[in-house]
Amino acid sequence: MATALEYQNIFTQVQVRGPAEYGVISEDSESDIGRVGEGRFSSLIGWFGNAQLGPIYLGGWGVISLITGTLWFNIVGLTMLASVDWNFAVFIRDLFWLALEPPGPEHGLSVPPLMDGGWWFIASFFLLVSVLSWWVRTYRRALSLGMGTHVAWAFAAAIWLFLVLGLIRPILMGSWSEAVPYGIFPHLDWTAAFSIRYGNLFYNPFHALSIVFLYGSTLLFAMHGATILAVSRLGGDREIEQITDRGTATERAALFWRWTMGFNATMEGIHRWAWWFAVLTPITGGIGILLSGTVVDNWYMWAVEHHFAAEYPVVWDQPTPNPNLMEGAGDAGAYVPNNDVNVGPYPGDGAGSEMTQ
Amino acid sequence: MIEDLFERIEWKKPFRYVGMVVWIGVAGVLVIVAALWVINGSPTKVESYQTGYRGTGGAQLEFESELARLREINRMPESEEPYVPREGDRLAKDVYENVQVLGNLTEDNFNRLMAAMTEWVAPEEGCAYCHNLDEGFAYDGVYQKLVSRRMIQMTWEVNSNWQSHAAPAGVNCYTCHRGQNVPEYIWFSPEEYPNVGPSAMYQNRAGQEVPVYASLPTNSIEALLGPDVPIDSKAIQVQADSERAPNDSFDYQTGTELTYSLMMHFSDSLGVNCTFCHNSRSWADWEQSPPQRENAWYGVRMVRTLNAEYLDPLRDTYPAHRLGPEGDAPKANCSTCHQGVNKPLYGASAIENWPELVSPDPTYSQETAAAD
Repeated sequence: MATALEYQNIFTQVQVRGPAEYGVISEDSESDIGRVGEGRFSSLIGWFGNAQLGPIYLGGWGVISLITGTLWFNIVGLTMLASVDWNFAVFIRDLFWLALEPPGPEHGLSVPPLMDGGWWFIASFFLLVSVLSWWVRTYRRALSLGMGTHVAWAFAAAIWLFLVLGLIRPILMGSWSEAVPYGIFPHLDWTAAFSIRYGNLFYNPFHALSIVFLYGSTLLFAMHGATILAVSRLGGDREIEQITDRGTATERAALFWRWTMGFNATMEGIHRWAWWFAVLTPITGGIGILLSGTVVDNWYMWAVEHHFAAEYPVVWDQPTPNPNLMEGAGDAGAYVPNNDVNVGPYPGDGAGSEMTQ
Repeated sequence: MIEDLFERIEWKKPFRYVGMVVWIGVAGVLVIVAALWVINGSPTKVESYQTGYRGTGGAQLEFESELARLREINRMPESEEPYVPREGDRLAKDVYENVQVLGNLTEDNFNRLMAAMTEWVAPEEGCAYCHNLDEGFAYDGVYQKLVSRRMIQMTWEVNSNWQSHAAPAGVNCYTCHRGQNVPEYIWFSPEEYPNVGPSAMYQNRAGQEVPVYASLPTNSIEALLGPDVPIDSKAIQVQADSERAPNDSFDYQTGTELTYSLMMHFSDSLGVNCTFCHNSRSWADWEQSPPQRENAWYGVRMVRTLNAEYLDPLRDTYPAHRLGPEGDAPKANCSTCHQGVNKPLYGASAIENWPELVSPDPTYSQETAAAD
């Protein structure tokens, strides 16, 4: 029982305590200048990861990113608060419904008036600077540690989707109104409306690819995480060493997958699979969004054109006619009201008379 | 035996048993819940009826928890059969003074209708709701009387001109009023939300009747069914009808959200889901749509007509307390009649006893005449 609780627990079971770990001495002296804090320990965060918290590296790009990101966050929050007339109770109640909306379509790509999308414009600029600075930071930190830049490029894949939604596609469509609002439910409603407007994204092949990679990522992640945890008591958590020097953990894990599905990844290959699946999710998704409205206006019709939309038999007496095409539709006109009868207006507003009944 | 167990429990370490007790408690609660579920039936029981081809998701749902309430509020009251006119019957316009819309009814049928309207609209107040009993029935100084003239004309409009939507059941006063002076489901122009521009003036609020739970626009009824919308406006249609379409043939994202919001209102008003009128894979395609969509198409145009020609112009007739926050008259949408079911009052005929509400010159059926 005790073994099962420790071995099969979802929380990290080993918390190493000692002097805080400061890492390798970097060749890049800037690394030490930018460090903030001493390094402390927290049992709580130790359940999820390393119990050591900090020191954190801030640096110039980090400072820019945090300041602009905070500005974006506060502009969004304050405009939401303004939209409920600064009533904090309503703000909390409606928080998931509130939004900072992009300007209306009438403003095109111009700088919109402050109260009709202007704040969205300013906030979006700060968010753009913040996200891009954070990207530079992930790239430069990796270099200064002598690492590869895989994390930065994976982040760049997500930034691609972000740029398509808020910058590239609105510019191609000629209107900032095409961008996504900042808000919890509003951005979900935007997403649903987007699919409705472009004839069902289900038929958009890049949307399909994105879903394949998204669901594939979760599948791979679950398979990999489960495999490594399952062999961790045999040393399987030393994955990197076992890429070149495989031990019994690797052999058992590999054999498990060959037995169950006839094929197994390697300690190296599984990580490349996972990286590409994750990165391709926003890349293909971004392409699918970018093509909607710019190249294809109705994905269902596109699928019909390309012969992959299934046809279903009509189960009603006859196909429903399109009443838009009928002569004199919607105007039966047999009865015309007699407007000579007295239906008011009654003189005065009726105050103090039977009119107020 | 019990003593043995007590001895074996290590009382000095009571916390050793906390975990076990918690698990037994959780298991016990689950057993009780499961037993109640089986004994009382699922509180969330849903009946599903297939309406479309398999694989298309064409199915309508009936929520058992809702049925009792819906059946209660959607019951047509009993009514008297009409008096078939006979030789020598006098018409209301000849008997009474100032009968401006129902003058061609025989005296008996006129009084029968007046009594029924009282039951349908003002059962508490009686005749005095529309008539000043001191000044006499002919007196026109009561706003309710002026409004009801227009409402009778509106009923004729629906029953004569909008059979495409309302036949065969038709409508009478009760279809909307349900025994209340003011129908429960009416709408006014929504108020603008403060400190935001036109792009967000009518959206992003919790708890709005339209569009139900979403943060979609709250002005979709006014924008698409309101009195200022041309009767035959195509603004609801937001999907391009081909793979590639010219830019002006479909609306911006904001227009799509208006349509989406309106469709949520349809769904909520009728107690149906999207597949009642659409094959949801292609909203725009008529050939794949269930026939109900054609009925809804006429309904859209009917409601626009009623709002533009009958309801909105009454804003000067009503006293201020009957008007909306923007000073507009109460208006109709799908809920006004449907009230949660796809056929108002579960399809009970509103006109079989009321030819007087079909047209200003009622025709009474021959069968009734022979029996009489």
